[in-house]
Amino acid sequence: MNAGPILVFGEVEDGRAAPVSLELASQARRLSDAVVVLAYGSSTEGVDKAFASAGASAVHLAEHPVADRLIGPFAAAAMASLVGAVSPRAILIGATYTGRDVAGRLAVRARLGVIANVIDLMDKDGRLVALNTIFGATQIVESGFTSSSPGIFLVRPKSFEVAAHEGDVAVSRLEPPTDVQDSARIIESHSETSTGPGLEEAPVVVSGGRGLGDASNFALLTELARLTHGSVGASRAVVDAGWVPYSMQVGQTGKTVKPTVYIACGISGAMQHTVGMKGAKNIIAINRDQDAPIFKLADLGVVGDCLTVLPKVIEEIKARQQQG
Amino acid sequence: MNITVCVKQIPDQSIPSELLPDSWRLRRADVNAVLDPGDEYAVEAALKLAEATGGEVTAVSMGPARADEALRKALSMGVHKAILVTDDALEGAAALVTARVLAAAIRKSGGTDVVITGTESTDGYTGVVPQALAELLGSSSLTFAKSVETGGEGITIHRQTDTGYQIVTAPLPVVVSVTAGANQPRYPSLKGIMGAKSKPLEHWSLADLGLDGEAVASSQRVFSVVAAPEKQAGELISDDGTAAGRIVEFLAQLKVI
Ligand SMILES: Cc1cc2nc3c(=O)[nH]c(=O)nc-3n(C[C@H](O)[C@H](O)[C@H](O)COP(=O)(O)OP(=O)(O)OC[C@H]3O[C@@H](n4cnc5c(N)ncnc54)[C@H](O)[C@@H]3O)c2cc1C
Ligand SMILES: Nc1ncnc2c1ncn2[C@@H]1O[C@H](COP(=O)(O)O)[C@@H](O)[C@H]1O
Repeated sequence: MNAGPILVFGEVEDGRAAPVSLELASQARRLSDAVVVLAYGSSTEGVDKAFASAGASAVHLAEHPVADRLIGPFAAAAMASLVGAVSPRAILIGATYTGRDVAGRLAVRARLGVIANVIDLMDKDGRLVALNTIFGATQIVESGFTSSSPGIFLVRPKSFEVAAHEGDVAVSRLEPPTDVQDSARIIESHSETSTGPGLEEAPVVVSGGRGLGDASNFALLTELARLTHGSVGASRAVVDAGWVPYSMQVGQTGKTVKPTVYIACGISGAMQHTVGMKGAKNIIAINRDQDAPIFKLADLGVVGDCLTVLPKVIEEIKARQQQG
Repeated sequence: MNITVCVKQIPDQSIPSELLPDSWRLRRADVNAVLDPGDEYAVEAALKLAEATGGEVTAVSMGPARADEALRKALSMGVHKAILVTDDALEGAAALVTARVLAAAIRKSGGTDVVITGTESTDGYTGVVPQALAELLGSSSLTFAKSVETGGEGITIHRQTDTGYQIVTAPLPVVVSVTAGANQPRYPSLKGIMGAKSKPLEHWSLADLGLDGEAVASSQRVFSVVAAPEKQAGELISDDGTAAGRIVEFLAQLKVI
């Protein structure tokens, strides 16, 4: 059995460690005392502390050499050099856009298999075993790599808690990679984020689907989110229809959210949607169709028209807040 | 412009999927199979590029012999020719192996300026084949495209990000992965369907590609598959005018209002 360290890709965005990378550092620490993190981003100043307190025993800081180039191919080259240097037992990468770019290219460079959509990772008799779900999370698959070779685990965000860690950390700098086969250039960057808490951090997520009937009805969700200090999400059907930006999409190809309450309005509950929200602590669903699959997950299900129910909910909360 | 589109045949998602008990592989042999809907966006993007530049589109797939049907669908949409890599040794191939096979097929077909893929397959959803393919081909990669156009240095896309999008351009050769919503895939016309029957569709084996057993060996294993615990049914009420009150009460109980 390979006894090497666990190597974690530390995605750094706008000078901050990506939450999923910290989650992975913490999980790696639960599995091993040797947790090597490659912190890669345009500016890595100080992120070693964030990774150390999440569980890293060694942090390699690498600065992205050219601002207008995509991170993925460069970070993959840097990861490949570390795979060669530290002979890891496993490689953990968060399933973000950049993470997927890194995983695909690293797989080729380091000749490593990839297990994707991982939601849990454990040690069973000295072997790392990953769990992922299939068929709308009705089945759980346990898989891993053959003992002689390490592999890449591509892990969904929010699969693990970050745990505070204290201990020694070795920090070093890694020269930026030079042998990168990618000439893509970023011409412009656009942000579509709204005000209020981010979708992934919000304690309440109010999501809308095709059942809202029209893009303008999202105003109801925005109002309910404002009253509950929440954030607005959406199903892919309405993102594809152009009602709301993709950054609001919840599900397999969107964001994973785990709020205290998820309120699904006019969403049928297709498995590709529910994999992104079934981890919510409480689920409320409003749907006209009593057989909608979303009701199988709901703690409180309302068979009704969301265009009648939502305005009343908003009105009653306002009334309560005025009294209180 | 020479364009290659990578497409996969998958079990029809409108019928429940099943795993084979002995191998934990997806039951593919006797179920209805379709061209992955996610790959239809790739086909459409490829056809649009070809129309804009006067190029040809080749569809490449790796799969069982019956994946011909998915390639015929791509041909009926307007793709010019198709290649299926099929070999018993490829059953259950993982992402890295898939990428190696597709890269070898693209090389053997004479190379290409642009490779277009979906972002992830609907049945396996590993979502790393496009990037692995780019690395193998020594190409740039434009991933997660919400729109694809010629121009800039070669191809320019709107690339989806967590918070919005970027405009990214790359010279040829390039691998582009397109998301759903990048376009509206066309329906095959009757003429297209008739014409597809006489378009070239070749079958290649691993030997034809010069790949040996080691190149396609997988280091991954499934150990078990178990049913996920079912969630307890919650409270279900019909809205008789009081449902809003019940929701507000529940939110108050959870201390979010
Ligand atoms: C590869 C792949 C990836 C995908 N990824 C995602 C993903 O990340 N996220 C995602 O969400 N989807 C995803 N999908 C799409 C998913 O399969 C569904 O198509 C989508 O979630 C459906 O959206 P919806 O529930 O809004 O629409 P519908 O399925 O059309 O449901 C609308 C619902 O609204 C109800 N309704 C109608 N009118 C009212 C009313 N007035 N009041 C109350 N209820 C009403 C209807 O009863 C119905 O249940 C993916 C699909 C594929 C193939
Ligand atoms: N067997 C295959 N044959 C052809 N293309 C494939 C195959 N598997 C994956 N692809 C392509 O790679 C994309 C991503 O697939 P995956 O990485 O398997 O989720 C798909 O949308 C296809 O365009």
